[in-house]
Amino acid sequence: MGSFKLGKMTLKSLFTKPSTVLYPFEEKPQPAGIKGHIENDITACTLCGTCSRVCPAGALIVDRKAGTWSIDHFRCVQCKSCVLNCPVPCLTMAPGYQKPAREISRETLQKPAPSPEELAAKEAAKKAKIEAAMKAKAAREAAK
Amino acid sequence: MGKATIIPFGPQHPVLPEPLHLDLVVEDEKVIEAVPQIGFIHRGLEKLTETRDYNQFIYIAERICGICAVGHSLGYAETVEGLMGLEVPKRASYLRVILHEMSRIHSHMLWMGLAADAFGFESLFMHCWRLRERVLDLFEAMTGGRVILSAVRVGGMVRDQDAATLAHVQEVLEGIKDEYHEICRAFLNDSSVRSRLVGVGVIEHDDAVNLGMVGPFARASNVVNDVRCKEAGAYAELSDFTPITSTDCDCYARVEVRAKEILQSIDIIEEMIARIPEGPVFEKPKGSPADGAMACGALEQPRGECYYYAQGNGTKYLQRMRMRTPTSMNLAGMAAALKGCDLADVNMIVLTIDPCISCTER
Ligand code: SF4
Ligand code: SF4
Repeated sequence: MGSFKLGKMTLKSLFTKPSTVLYPFEEKPQPAGIKGHIENDITACTLCGTCSRVCPAGALIVDRKAGTWSIDHFRCVQCKSCVLNCPVPCLTMAPGYQKPAREISRETLQKPAPSPEELAAKEAAKKAKIEAAMKAKAAREAAK
Repeated sequence: MGKATIIPFGPQHPVLPEPLHLDLVVEDEKVIEAVPQIGFIHRGLEKLTETRDYNQFIYIAERICGICAVGHSLGYAETVEGLMGLEVPKRASYLRVILHEMSRIHSHMLWMGLAADAFGFESLFMHCWRLRERVLDLFEAMTGGRVILSAVRVGGMVRDQDAATLAHVQEVLEGIKDEYHEICRAFLNDSSVRSRLVGVGVIEHDDAVNLGMVGPFARASNVVNDVRCKEAGAYAELSDFTPITSTDCDCYARVEVRAKEILQSIDIIEEMIARIPEGPVFEKPKGSPADGAMACGALEQPRGECYYYAQGNGTKYLQRMRMRTPTSMNLAGMAAALKGCDLADVNMIVLTIDPCISCTER
């Protein structure tokens, strides 16, 4: 019983640093693995559209024909399911929160057109695949 | 005998943390009847099962309420796992209990701060919230989020925790304990605090049972009502669990029960960390809930028992998702506790049920 039970703690806090920080002049350190915002390595992205199908907030739009991947950071709820389901994976959750903005806008990434070397490599890979399939078919027929 | 007057109280009121409306029938500063009314923030979240599949809905379930976010995602996940007959890896259920108990600590600390604010003890309020911040920092380190964690998914957990993180959790909680004891002393032994709480808003044991009260509100009236005793999930492996109750039945008892539950939660977390098994934390769910399959689950949220019901229809969308939240059970008890109290104690009594109207209305 008695009063001033919090006296010791209150006195102590007179001589300690404040527990709050003076945002935006000072920021708290962000731990590793914080869910800051979504980033996409568009060169690796295959535009398969899995991320937009699993997104519960409808924040992602993948347009295969136009070769674009876009995110509305204002809709995104940082649930990470796109990152968990991306087959490549090219999506990451990078530290750092989105800054406030005056207007709602989408961030659109354009997949760069493949360079001649890449096209050639892709063509070669396709050819090799067809050849392997033909060979396998021939082997199967021979076995029959 | 004065004339009866009706004072409208809420839904917007400086002392109310939640949008609850009360019609207080007052006579000479005494409340003779209180008629609660809710319905200001209905969002239709249960209906959204029709447009979000069962994996996506967990992110909606955890947004039902910010404070019980872990609890709602956990309750939903466990119910859907029951619907699909999915067995969750052991390590995942331990991690779930650790996060859930941590959320109980942060919820109770938030509540204790609000209670201190309600009886006008500002510095106590700030110290409670300062300590709570450390739990939120732990959440941030473990899951990347502070309030809405998105840490649970159907089939297990999103992220595993390494030994160093778990050791850090233990260390921080030990650190909180020392300071918390001092705060507890202020809550439980300070004469000015006691003068506001003792004998206020009494609900006897039998009334508490009849009114169907749940959670700390019921336990303060000596009703042994704690779903954790049901021993679902990793709670079954606790060496000992006795719900904390009190026989005082007043506002003081409700503070006492919650104050002690924080220490109990710290003990549970420490035991879980000491015994956590190795292994995977996620088992990918296959297929969809069968047509007509039904499952229910219950969970001890910080505010009391929360009940979940889910029904499948053979597609990846659920046919029905329904939950009954602790506050909807406790509103009747609150109206009973308000009967006969002083007008100045109304906010204190409303707070001691720890109302969460956004859970209740969804
Ligand atoms: S899931 Fe991955 S690879 Fe597919 S479109 Fe999305 S970001 Fe690109
Ligand atoms: S984090 Fe969640 S809400 Fe945000 S884009 Fe990915 S799936 Fe959508």
